Amino acid sequence: MAEETVSEDAVFEKIADAIAEIGPEREDVKKEATLESLDVDSLDLVEVGQVIEEEFGVEIKGEDVEKLKTVGDVVDLVVKRAS
Amino acid sequence: MSRRVVVTGIGTVTPLGVGARTSYDRWLAGESGLEDGEGRCDEFDPTDYLSKKDARRTDRFTQVTIAAAKEALEQAGFEDGEDAPVDLERVGCIIATGIGGILTLEKNSKLLAEKGPKGVSPLAVPMLMPNAAAGNLAMRYGLLGPSHSVASACAAGADAIGTAMRLIQAGDADMIVAGGSEAALGSLAQAAFDNMHAISPSGISRPFDARRDGFIMGEGSGVLVLEEAESAAARDQEVLGEVLGFGASSDAHHITAPDPSGDGATRAIKRALEDAGMTPDDLDYVNAHGTSTQLNDRSETEALVKALGERAKQLPVSSTKSVIGHMLGAAGAVEAILTLIALKERMAPPTVGWEERDEGMDLDYVPEARPLEDVNGDDGAVAISNGFGFGGHNAVLCLRA
Repeated sequence: MAEETVSEDAVFEKIADAIAEIGPEREDVKKEATLESLDVDSLDLVEVGQVIEEEFGVEIKGEDVEKLKTVGDVVDLVVKRAS
Repeated sequence: MSRRVVVTGIGTVTPLGVGARTSYDRWLAGESGLEDGEGRCDEFDPTDYLSKKDARRTDRFTQVTIAAAKEALEQAGFEDGEDAPVDLERVGCIIATGIGGILTLEKNSKLLAEKGPKGVSPLAVPMLMPNAAAGNLAMRYGLLGPSHSVASACAAGADAIGTAMRLIQAGDADMIVAGGSEAALGSLAQAAFDNMHAISPSGISRPFDARRDGFIMGEGSGVLVLEEAESAAARDQEVLGEVLGFGASSDAHHITAPDPSGDGATRAIKRALEDAGMTPDDLDYVNAHGTSTQLNDRSETEALVKALGERAKQLPVSSTKSVIGHMLGAAGAVEAILTLIALKERMAPPTVGWEERDEGMDLDYVPEARPLEDVNGDDGAVAISNGFGFGGHNAVLCLRA
């Protein structure tokens, strides 16, 4: 099967939707926004990870969680692993 | 001298509506909150009380607790954005439940079957654990004293109040937010109760009536703010009533059926009266457990006669479950709250739908609401409120207002 490139924008849209499901307003979910400022804790991030895995087949591991500070960090990780 | 425990706040979410007074008024008027064989809290909307995030992270049994607690705590003098009226290190929180977050359990079991282990929410356990309501409430209001759940099935609401009373008496806290909650209206609990033939096939809750054929499941929450009497007096807080006594016992007989002799329940009633320093002649009213099952209502009648003697036949004995169904772990708390209002109003609310006397069940089950005899006058009216649970647990409160 040919490698499919995942567009960064598409990843961001999906992740932002998943984060907005958890609580924050969708328009506040920007790449530079920190997870802390959006009140997304480690348990929430596991739930976002479930959506990511379903959509992109990328697993967010326990050791990743502490390194992810902003929405952009999550997007970058997914794009990197998916390609 | 023992520290006295008074009630400075009450709140309920029941199938009759949101707010303790609403439930009481509708019950007194003979209205029922039961529909299609269940008692759902249709008027309760979690988003009125919780942010989107908090609503997602809590089971319904915690959500109804938060609503009931808000009403109770506001009445007790807690205001949004203001300092608490008491030292929060001296405030505890005990919220009972019969089953806990069974809707969350059901949902995540389905996810596990459909999507495998990775489909299960990381929040499943903190949502479904029986102490989730107490934990969330303590976090929400910054309550720093002892906090836990009490699990004794349908006696749990009364046990939570009794346990809270003891903690205050012992000096472990000056105030405890105490009550019970249940939200089990899903296919799992419904099927299980159905298969043990506990639920009414006719879909009618009619406690103590000869035609009773099982209970109707209800959902909701009742929360009280219990406070040491001097603490309430020192801050000029209005007192709604008093928890005078508590008695608990076990049948040690059968896991679901009550002991037909009613002996376990008799011991709990006698102990509650003794603890309160009251006699059967001091009572104005009995708020029965009255589930509408053949077994409970007969053994409870037996127990009341054994514990109260001739006085049992003079007293109004009514069941709140005739209008809200059986709220399991919430029942005892909601019923204690509505009993306190009834005592304050000097009224005996009815066992709605009671028409046909069953052989050997000779008490006055109050088919129509009526004023209490008011035997104690200005000292306040006194009642017992019974709670009996699967497991053979009996918990009885003696209340005054």
